[in-house]
Amino acid sequence: MTDSPTMRRIQHLHMQGIVKRFPGVLAVNHVDFDVQAGEIHALLGENGAGKSTLMKLLYGLYHPDEGRILIDGAEVRIRSPHDAIMQGIGMIHQHFMLVPSLTVAENVALGMKSSRGLVLDLDVVSKRLRELSEQYNLKVDPNIPIWQLAVGEQQRVEILRALYKGAALLILDEPTAVLTPQEVEDLFRILRKMTSEGHALIFISHKLHEVLAISNRITVLRDGQRVDTIPTSEATKLKLAQMMVGRPVVLEYERPPCQAGAESLVLSGVSAISDRGDLGLKDVSLKVCAGEIVGVAGVSGNGQRELAQVISGLRAPSGGSIQVGGRDVTGRPPSVLNTLGLSYIPEERMVDGVIKEFSVSENLVLQDHGRPPYTWGKIFLNFRTIARTCKDAIRAYAIKTPGPDTPVKNLSGGNIQKLVLARELSRRPKVLIASQPTRGVDIGATEYIHRRLLDERAKGTAILLISEDLDEIMALSDRILVMYEGRIVGEVPGGKVDVRHLGAMMAGASLDA
Amino acid sequence: MREFSLKPLWNRLLDIAPLPVALLAAFAVASLLLLALNAAPGQAFASMLQGAFGTENATAETLVKAIPILFVAIGICVAFRGGVTNIGGEGQMIMGALAGVTTALLLKDAPGFVIILASILVGFAAGALYGGLAGFLKAYFNVNEILSTIMLNQVAVQLMNYLLNGPLLDPSEAGLNHIPKTARIVESAELPRLALTVPQFVANLFGWENAELFARTRLHYGLLLAIVLAIVMYILLWRTTIGYRIRAVGQNERAARYAGLNVRRQMVLAMLLAGGFAGLAGVVQVLGLQYRLQTDGSPLGFTANAGFNGIVAALFGGLNPIGAIPASVFFGGLLVGAQKMQRDLAVPAALITAINGLIVVFVVSSQIFSKRRARRRLAAPTPPATAPAAAPAPVQEQTA
Repeated sequence: MTDSPTMRRIQHLHMQGIVKRFPGVLAVNHVDFDVQAGEIHALLGENGAGKSTLMKLLYGLYHPDEGRILIDGAEVRIRSPHDAIMQGIGMIHQHFMLVPSLTVAENVALGMKSSRGLVLDLDVVSKRLRELSEQYNLKVDPNIPIWQLAVGEQQRVEILRALYKGAALLILDEPTAVLTPQEVEDLFRILRKMTSEGHALIFISHKLHEVLAISNRITVLRDGQRVDTIPTSEATKLKLAQMMVGRPVVLEYERPPCQAGAESLVLSGVSAISDRGDLGLKDVSLKVCAGEIVGVAGVSGNGQRELAQVISGLRAPSGGSIQVGGRDVTGRPPSVLNTLGLSYIPEERMVDGVIKEFSVSENLVLQDHGRPPYTWGKIFLNFRTIARTCKDAIRAYAIKTPGPDTPVKNLSGGNIQKLVLARELSRRPKVLIASQPTRGVDIGATEYIHRRLLDERAKGTAILLISEDLDEIMALSDRILVMYEGRIVGEVPGGKVDVRHLGAMMAGASLDA
Repeated sequence: MREFSLKPLWNRLLDIAPLPVALLAAFAVASLLLLALNAAPGQAFASMLQGAFGTENATAETLVKAIPILFVAIGICVAFRGGVTNIGGEGQMIMGALAGVTTALLLKDAPGFVIILASILVGFAAGALYGGLAGFLKAYFNVNEILSTIMLNQVAVQLMNYLLNGPLLDPSEAGLNHIPKTARIVESAELPRLALTVPQFVANLFGWENAELFARTRLHYGLLLAIVLAIVMYILLWRTTIGYRIRAVGQNERAARYAGLNVRRQMVLAMLLAGGFAGLAGVVQVLGLQYRLQTDGSPLGFTANAGFNGIVAALFGGLNPIGAIPASVFFGGLLVGAQKMQRDLAVPAALITAINGLIVVFVVSSQIFSKRRARRRLAAPTPPATAPAAAPAPVQEQTA
């Protein structure tokens, strides 16, 4: 490909005094940030701290109101992602921008000029991709369609595409969010290889242990301002967390010993068909007792989604039986389960958990809007009681919103999750299914949600915690189940788990070791 | 600096004014069409305005045209809010009219108010069932409602043609060259004419001849019924559990299912209501204006396109039954005004169809535009920044 720019070396990129205002907020407030060739500079901060805004300014998606960007001492103006790419800056987004039905080479060629004019030059692209793949040890076959690739491989395709376009500086936005521990290790190996080849990397994350493991320097942002930049060798988890939140935080919770009571949730031999049409859930049996948190670990797509949906009545089981509070509820709809004390924090909260166009208060009564005290005569909504309940919830759960009437789409992800949590917990559940309760949520809110879950446990709620975040599973669970290909392949007691052992089970290695 | 001082102002304007802007854009393009037809746009629009609202009778005719549009639009608001794209207003209107006129003819010996009440209820029910059929097919058999409602429009037209040429044909018309129409309903079953008594000084102010407004026009009580029902449906949509469920399903089917709602039932209900209101449009047209059902063999012959214009009016009214009231009057005015424009400037009145279409295009694209803007601003960090047009000014001042 002729227009593929050869790699421009960026020895040193410096963002000076960057300011970005949005109506009503100072999103980025006089921030200095720099990165050098051969280093990984981590950018840490809670949601809304300004880290993604800062990176969007660098990638040309936004334009700074003040400040300047210098590459190797010369000021550059980046007006669009195209400009950024021409300057040698690439970005790997959290959500991959790949067309599933096209091959790796086709995806890379997409949006680029062919060296043969109107005729596609996929063979040229493939050849170059093989070279790059070799050079950086990326192990990607250019001729495979994207849909056949695992998430970690798709991410490598994104990296490959950025390299193909000649990126000397690569911005990685939460790159580990979707990976297994093993895939994270692979990614880190690739990143180290890239720095040794002279690339500069900016690594955005909120997972402290990963930042500590991979970066050379760490910059922490809070409320649009830079708190500090420190060498990773001087950083600790606790120090970083406090810099991010601006107050002392607890990363490990005190967990009183489990006072397991009666079995509140029992699954025996439950199977279910997945959306793909195959058996997504195979003969799953489990029990959760009152006052117990049972964690379900596993790589995404191994049946966790189906498990949560089957229990909450959103997916009909094809076999087996489910009991909630001693009553058989197999195949009963959500409306029935709602009245039996089952609460469900869904994985995709933006799609399943809330109606974005509805207000905060309307969303708070999603299940119970048809029952007193929220209605008069079962027909008319009683806005006064709804508003009062909502104000209480906003206060009790520290939901940041201009008011109860604000559409939920205007809230941040963490606050939407708090809203879902508020709704589900205020229904005083006997059984709580919490699916990825802190995915994409910042440390402050995560800490808050974890405390709430432990409070529920103390109140005697049976909690099934389904999460891909092993730290979370290990910090909260009394027992940990591991799912692989729709089955439960192992159980370990919480508290004293070897991460590598757990990771091996998640990847399908033999069960009882 | 100039860039920064102008941009927020422009943004605010775009936030509060997508509809007027769309309207202006539509009229701008319409002006080009008029110029192409060698007509002066200013003169043409003035003539239209004069034709729509210039005299007492013109205003009454505008309102008369607005009545069926408003009934259909109310139903469309419910359907679209419930996530069901009902294009079957025409067919549902015809079914309502057929059932209504049959009822009125069968009950001809009953007291007038009984005939009126029964015909309206039966007309509503017939439209509701016809709309509900499409809703049922969508909810339980995943049949695309756009296709099914359009096809059902054709079925209704053919049914009307058959009935008006056969079983329902006015006996006095039977013959070789008959006009397809039913017998006239009895006089006691006619919806009364609507006259407004206004204070004399108001009449003087507008130059009307007398204070008994609309007394000698065709305006009938259907207008009042439509306005009252628009308010009722507004309350239903935003103040009751029924409306809450319909809107929940329309906005986010998955979340509605998660919350334990019976999604299928809400879809059918939304279509029952939508069809019912289109049915009302049909039956009120019979009882209030035509006093019989007649057609020239095309759907237009009876509905005058109200089944489609109602969709446009509903969109223009922001899918809010109350917003649909002025929107329907506006489109009624366009239709009536176009006829005067045709007389005055020899411009085909069909041009109004083009203007209608242009308004739809611009309104729909302005909605996409404002959605995109909202999304872009969501990318901005803290929530207060993304507070929508509701309270733009104070937010602005905080930063200044």
